[in-house]
Amino acid sequence: MSVLVNEMTRVIVQGLTGREGGFHASQMIAYGTKVVAGVTPGKGGTLHNDVPVFNTVAEAARQTHANAAAVFVPPPFAADAILEAIDAELPLVVCITEGVPTLDMVRVAAALRGSQTRLIGPNCPGIISPGKCKIGIMPGQIHREGHVGVVSRSGTLTYEAVGQLTHLGIGQSTCIGIGGDPIIGTSFLDSIRLFNDDPDTHAIIMIGEIGGNAEQQAAEFIKGRVRKPVVGFIAGQTAPPGRRMGHAGAIISGGTGTAKEKYEVMAAAGIHCVQSPAEIGETLAAVIDKSVAR
Amino acid sequence: MKIHEYQAKEIFRRFGVPTPRGEMVTTAEDARKVAQNLGVPVVVVKAQIHAGGRGKGGGVKLARSAGEAAQLASKILGMNLITPQTGPGGRIVRRLLIEEGLDIKRELYLSILVDRAVEAPVVMASAAGGMEIEEVAKENPAAILRETIRPAVGLQPYIARKLAFGLGLTAEQAQAAVPFLQSLCRAFVETDASLAEINPLVVTGDGRLIALDAKMNLDDNALYRHKDLLELRDLDEEDPLEVEASNYKLNYIKLDGTVGCMVNGAGLAMATMDIIKLAGGAPANFLDVGGGASADQVKNAFTILTSDKEVRSVFINIFGGILRCDVLATGVVAAARELQLKLPVIVRMEGTNVEQGRQILRDSGLNFTIGQDMKDGAEKAVRLAGGAR
Repeated sequence: MSVLVNEMTRVIVQGLTGREGGFHASQMIAYGTKVVAGVTPGKGGTLHNDVPVFNTVAEAARQTHANAAAVFVPPPFAADAILEAIDAELPLVVCITEGVPTLDMVRVAAALRGSQTRLIGPNCPGIISPGKCKIGIMPGQIHREGHVGVVSRSGTLTYEAVGQLTHLGIGQSTCIGIGGDPIIGTSFLDSIRLFNDDPDTHAIIMIGEIGGNAEQQAAEFIKGRVRKPVVGFIAGQTAPPGRRMGHAGAIISGGTGTAKEKYEVMAAAGIHCVQSPAEIGETLAAVIDKSVAR
Repeated sequence: MKIHEYQAKEIFRRFGVPTPRGEMVTTAEDARKVAQNLGVPVVVVKAQIHAGGRGKGGGVKLARSAGEAAQLASKILGMNLITPQTGPGGRIVRRLLIEEGLDIKRELYLSILVDRAVEAPVVMASAAGGMEIEEVAKENPAAILRETIRPAVGLQPYIARKLAFGLGLTAEQAQAAVPFLQSLCRAFVETDASLAEINPLVVTGDGRLIALDAKMNLDDNALYRHKDLLELRDLDEEDPLEVEASNYKLNYIKLDGTVGCMVNGAGLAMATMDIIKLAGGAPANFLDVGGGASADQVKNAFTILTSDKEVRSVFINIFGGILRCDVLATGVVAAARELQLKLPVIVRMEGTNVEQGRQILRDSGLNFTIGQDMKDGAEKAVRLAGGAR
């Protein structure tokens, strides 16, 4: 099993006819993802790489019975695209776009409350259940089917951790890139809850970074409720305060959101903390009963 | 993007938030003229740099005549102002704000910022004006009043009244707090700010509410829809290398170590800095060349890294994935050759055709070292940085 996406997932790609959307849609299809429609306003009725294109998300969803959307549209139009997918009541929307204005996300977050939709991202690599479905930009071939749930604010650092696991012969149930922005749809806490409830996820890797307190919130939940082993890493131990480290959300402000403070809360919650990003895989291997988790 | 106090106050005035009267100047002579025109017994001379704690560093002074204002201005202009927030290097003062002095009865704290946890802007207020809000939060968190601004509702009058009465303002002042806060909220939303802070917000002897200080940070992601605000960027306040990197659309932050880093992705770039530290070295920078790590960006990144004279070795850490390593290696070799790179370069790459990529590096005849994985690469980079010193 897996969480959120699997063989049954049918995906609409918003921005399919754009450069990024087109390229990654074909990569997703090559991986085996069911990309059933594209949406580009004004190009409805055409085909793009054999995928039917619609003018609106609602129409695409109605005609193709899609249950997920991937958003690849440029930042000025990303919030509108997400809101359109929420309006179409798609259960899952994955927004890859980097650079969405924060106040746009405030409006999106308000629209998400009480809606049918779960949002992943923005500014994220997406989500993959290895061997079943990939929605996003991650390299599919580094993954392997298995029982470790991975959740991370980063893109390439997640690939690094997944690469280490696969190299050790340890597969993944689902990998969720939640994104590096200050306001995101699915949090660490949400992801950990999903992994905790998934009988086929036997262990969890949480890759955080400086800024905010989402890792601490997840750690509090893990402390009380999670019996599965959790391995945690925080990027930015050497980051200077007050500087935005690439990701809009990766900033130590007013002395809070440091790696040290996160590690302390995580260790107190029983999370196996890793100091070196090169040791995420082997640490997980050491803490699980490999015969179960592989 | 950070902006100066005087720029934040111009935005405030545009939206109807009361500020002291004043003007920005860059010469002592202009300071004299502005002080004269203000026609008040006391004027304030304030250094304009992108860092707080200016008073503590001697960057804020009172003058009792236009002549004194000019004198103080000539002293502060050009000085290297060191405050708790500038770091030991300090900042050169190039601009001053000359303002009317006010009869201050009370000093309060007020700010609007986006709270990640509630996913909306919040207003924070405290009666302890002049104190850093982080200090108040640590010592007496109950003294901070917080109100969330829900986007569908906006800042309603009752929110302003609640805060005003919570701060112990009179009924009349609470009345004035409503348009004050609503104007501030509009300034925040309509400029796509990430922070609007007034510390202190003062109550004057005659009962007016005035933003004595002003600090605004703007959301970089939203600047595309605020072309006018883009002009407020002051390149003098930024590291010259960081300015150059931003021209290349590279995400670069200068640090003080000797191992230059070139990485794709922000999280991996931070993790690379961390692993260099764990290997006993110190990173010279944070540098994200972007997920694709194109040949052009690699070349631009080399240009930036080699401009930093502290750099003794360059660690390239690229997790390609979809990106092909042979293509990446070809780009790295071409860039190193074109720039006649002398520094040791340690390359760790992962992705399709990794062996072919490594072969291209070996065959180039240039000074490349292969890192088998992230740890191996970091250790070699630290060793070569030390050996080259």
